[in-house]
Amino acid sequence: MNAITDQATRAAVSVTGLRKAYGEKVVLEGVDLTIREGEIFALLGPNGAGKTTIVRILSTLIPADAGTATIMGYDVRGEAGAVRAVIGVTGQFSAVDDLLTGEENLLLIGRLLHLPATVRRERAFELLERFDLVDAARQTPATFSGGMKRRLDLAMTLMGRPRLIFLDEPTTGLDPRSRQTMWQIIRELVREGVTILLTTQYLDEADRLADRIAVLDHGHIVAEGTPEELKRRMPGAHIRLRFTDAASLAEAARELPESTRDDEQLVLRMPYERGIRSLRDMVARLGDDVAVEDLSIHTPDLDDVFFAVTGNVPKEETR
Amino acid sequence: MSTLTALSFAAEDSATMLGRELKHSVRLLRLLIVSAILVPVVMLLLFDYILGRTIGHGLGSAARGAPYVDFLVPGILILTVAGSCGPTAINVTLDMTGGFVDRIRTMAVTRGSLLAGHVGGSVLRTLVATTAITGVALLVGFRPKASVAGWLAVVGIVAAFSFALAWLSAAIGLVSKSVAGANGSTLPLQFLLPFLSSTFVPVDSMPAGVRWFAANQPFTAVVDSLRALLTGTPAGNTPYVALAWCAAIALVAYLWAQASFRRT
Repeated sequence: MNAITDQATRAAVSVTGLRKAYGEKVVLEGVDLTIREGEIFALLGPNGAGKTTIVRILSTLIPADAGTATIMGYDVRGEAGAVRAVIGVTGQFSAVDDLLTGEENLLLIGRLLHLPATVRRERAFELLERFDLVDAARQTPATFSGGMKRRLDLAMTLMGRPRLIFLDEPTTGLDPRSRQTMWQIIRELVREGVTILLTTQYLDEADRLADRIAVLDHGHIVAEGTPEELKRRMPGAHIRLRFTDAASLAEAARELPESTRDDEQLVLRMPYERGIRSLRDMVARLGDDVAVEDLSIHTPDLDDVFFAVTGNVPKEETR
Repeated sequence: MSTLTALSFAAEDSATMLGRELKHSVRLLRLLIVSAILVPVVMLLLFDYILGRTIGHGLGSAARGAPYVDFLVPGILILTVAGSCGPTAINVTLDMTGGFVDRIRTMAVTRGSLLAGHVGGSVLRTLVATTAITGVALLVGFRPKASVAGWLAVVGIVAAFSFALAWLSAAIGLVSKSVAGANGSTLPLQFLLPFLSSTFVPVDSMPAGVRWFAANQPFTAVVDSLRALLTGTPAGNTPYVALAWCAAIALVAYLWAQASFRRT
């Protein structure tokens, strides 16, 4: 088989030149993306970068101004019906019906999918079990925790057995344990052969879950690759030294001319070569009089990548 | 997909949405009993017992010798229909501002079934409420003289008016950005238009400027035809005028709602 066709048929999502503006405000400025079947692809970016807009276009909710997008080979514009049959969307805002019980919510979706009665009861039962929602089956979401609501939301998405799932910030606002549960669920889905497009503003989430990451900033994709590839783009590891006062900083900077200096934070960054020797040498050069408050070894993570490619300070995790 | 399958899916989806709406109504039963039945009943009792004697005297020939309650009940029924506008608009706004509508839009669900469910639910709720209120009215002395055909016509007009106002409320709910806004926008329908019609008093008794408007607006046509049918007096062509209004309102509101649903 021709290699190019082979690759093309295995693309779950294929996007070229996607543009979208709301009046004067340009949200997407020509986005290209390819997501392979069976992978978790993370769109990483700060609020307002255009992540949700991409999801809304790909899930047929809004039209793009320009560019093409296909899902499993179907055009999102011209073949919206076929696209809807293969996708599932769990959005940023909970789409559960607060007046229906957990089970009724699932059965409602089953009806709207025109599943036969026995099939929708079976699937609802399976999903309630799998997502630890059996106790919630006969209760309305008003009594649910945030994590339970999110799980029910995802279970509703899975009623139709979609081949591609959009998860728009699936763990935003969840406590750490619910977040872990959600990650586990997402990994299981991919093992079953589902393709996932995940949007997130959390670097560690993309790092832990995604096979490939695209960093989105102001409507542009500014970097793309596996988490490792992105990290490899970064300069090597460094030692970070923090001092108690400016005098110590100045003296240490004289002793360690190869370091870079941050006067505001009273910090020096030294290139770090693996092994204890370089560390011992550095400490010896510093001498006894310099007041070092803190020393840490810093290996590049996605925060650095993000900072390097966008020039933005990533969102602090407050959880 | 063949047209027939598409039609059967449309019917199935609308039925599903109606089922959802009715389930909602059952979950909110206490709230609904208060807003859709108790409020109109209190209005009935207030107008009949407290204001009724004075208004009754002032009615003169318009009452045709019957007590004010016979004049009042058709008005209260229409007030009940109008009162459903708020909840209907609010329900639509809640679906639009929550994530539910986005979810069904990413599924192969028939366009319009969501609104059809809301409208159907609104009409059914209104029919239940007006039936209950008619029962209370009979207890406090309402003595209708309608024939069986007359009663059927009454039910038909109430349903048609409810259908028209439900589409109008759905459209208002679609364009409203908040629940408070949805409710606020329906207040003229719920209160202003009923008072500026023959709901409580004949339009002849109104000041000249208001009279023309009151005599020619849809609420008056609907109330007058119900009143004629229920009291067994000749209705002339008022029921047809009323139904024409209902059809016109429903059509315009439907088109408005469809256009707004596509836009959002």
